[in-house]
Amino acid sequence: MSKLKIRVDQDKCQGHARCKSLAPELFELDDYGNAHEIGDGSVPDGLEDKAWLAQTNCPEIAIEVTEE
Amino acid sequence: MSDSESANFVPEHPAVTDWVNDFDHTDPTWTEDPFPIWEELRAASPVVHTERFLGCYMPTTYQAVKEIAYDTEHFSSRRVIVRDVRPDITARAPPITSDPPEHKPAKQVLLPPFTPDAMKKLEPRVRAICNELIDEFIADGRCDAAARYTKHIPVRAIAHMLGIPEKDGDLFIKWIHQILELGIKDDNQLMSGVREMTGYFMAHLEQRKLEPGDDLISTLMQAKGPDGRPLSDEHVLGSLRLLLIAGIDTTWSALGSSLWHLAKTPADRERLLAEPALIPTAIEEFLRAYSPVTMAREVMKETTISGCPVKSGNMVLLSFPAANRDPAMFPDADKVVIDRKENRHAAFGLGIHRCVGSNLARMEMTVAIEEWLKRIPDFRLDPASKVTWSEGTVRGPRQLPMLFGKNTSKNA
Repeated sequence: MSKLKIRVDQDKCQGHARCKSLAPELFELDDYGNAHEIGDGSVPDGLEDKAWLAQTNCPEIAIEVTEE
Repeated sequence: MSDSESANFVPEHPAVTDWVNDFDHTDPTWTEDPFPIWEELRAASPVVHTERFLGCYMPTTYQAVKEIAYDTEHFSSRRVIVRDVRPDITARAPPITSDPPEHKPAKQVLLPPFTPDAMKKLEPRVRAICNELIDEFIADGRCDAAARYTKHIPVRAIAHMLGIPEKDGDLFIKWIHQILELGIKDDNQLMSGVREMTGYFMAHLEQRKLEPGDDLISTLMQAKGPDGRPLSDEHVLGSLRLLLIAGIDTTWSALGSSLWHLAKTPADRERLLAEPALIPTAIEEFLRAYSPVTMAREVMKETTISGCPVKSGNMVLLSFPAANRDPAMFPDADKVVIDRKENRHAAFGLGIHRCVGSNLARMEMTVAIEEWLKRIPDFRLDPASKVTWSEGTVRGPRQLPMLFGKNTSKNA
């Protein structure tokens, strides 16, 4: 299975924080509540479903999930 | 109550017979059950228009609502309530009434106090508030959940954050009713609510100038604007107005609708009792299906939305609740699916005006439902009484009579 990578588009994120709530292992929030991928955005094995869950619940469609 | 500057203008709203060309979100039919109306409007066009409210559009699809929410060039937020009159703008409430470029710095000031981490610190107090309220009525075996429970939780929580007495809550509720409901049709009510609220907060500002605290009012007073100087009193008062107005009957409504749904849907109630970990997911679905808040924009420049021409001078009824019922966006949009996996609902808005208090609202709703279910696992609507709904900009139950305990009557 290919590895997933996530990225939060900072121009689109409005801080709904849905990703942080659904996948706290993959996203962190800054002081303003805007979301960022943790580290380089590589999704550890076993967390693929959470990455997709976060992606499909972001109201601003700010999360990109790519397969490496 | 007299206000010499504004006429006491309370125009009639004739009953609507043609929803597509003459919609009115204050019509009693809409207030009672807006969902079939939205379906009819959506089937007619992505954008409909009414001559009421001095001319107003309504986007009916998720796509059209999104286009408008993202388009700050053609649509201004300077007026965020669709009303019968459009008096000069005097009482601003930044950042909700701000457009770019003023919007961003005004919002940045408010964001840190409302992050999920900040809400975690407030959570124990909210849990205690919920239990204090339940203690007051649980022995009665019944209650009006809107009057005794859902109303008080957001009031007391925001009072706690602002550092003002929780017991002043009844005053806040009166002002909000004047501004958001009576104010749509009666300018005097609106001005009176705004004036009293401003006077109240001014006194708290003066007090904190002498003795700063660590509450949200003090935080705002110590915040710096984009020019590096403290925010003006007027700006601080406007933002406080916003926090009070936006932070109370919105969550009151969302929470009331959630309990209303659970009272009449035993299967969902039983599932949440058995699987409390599902509560946050269920709350997202309640927020989608019963979104309380409809915003407004003012058309500044002619443009096209979802292929429909939109002319300046009109208002826009920006119905996030209708967007959230669009079947093109949500499969089974009219069904409440408490374990809905994919849910990009727009209950807190889309784009730069995303509700600053969304993390607060979510925490309050989660805690309030958790505590209610722990203490009152079985409840139902009281068949002898009526559920009533608020009119206009924010929709939720204002009277929500409930009976507690297992239903032992055979035919209920």
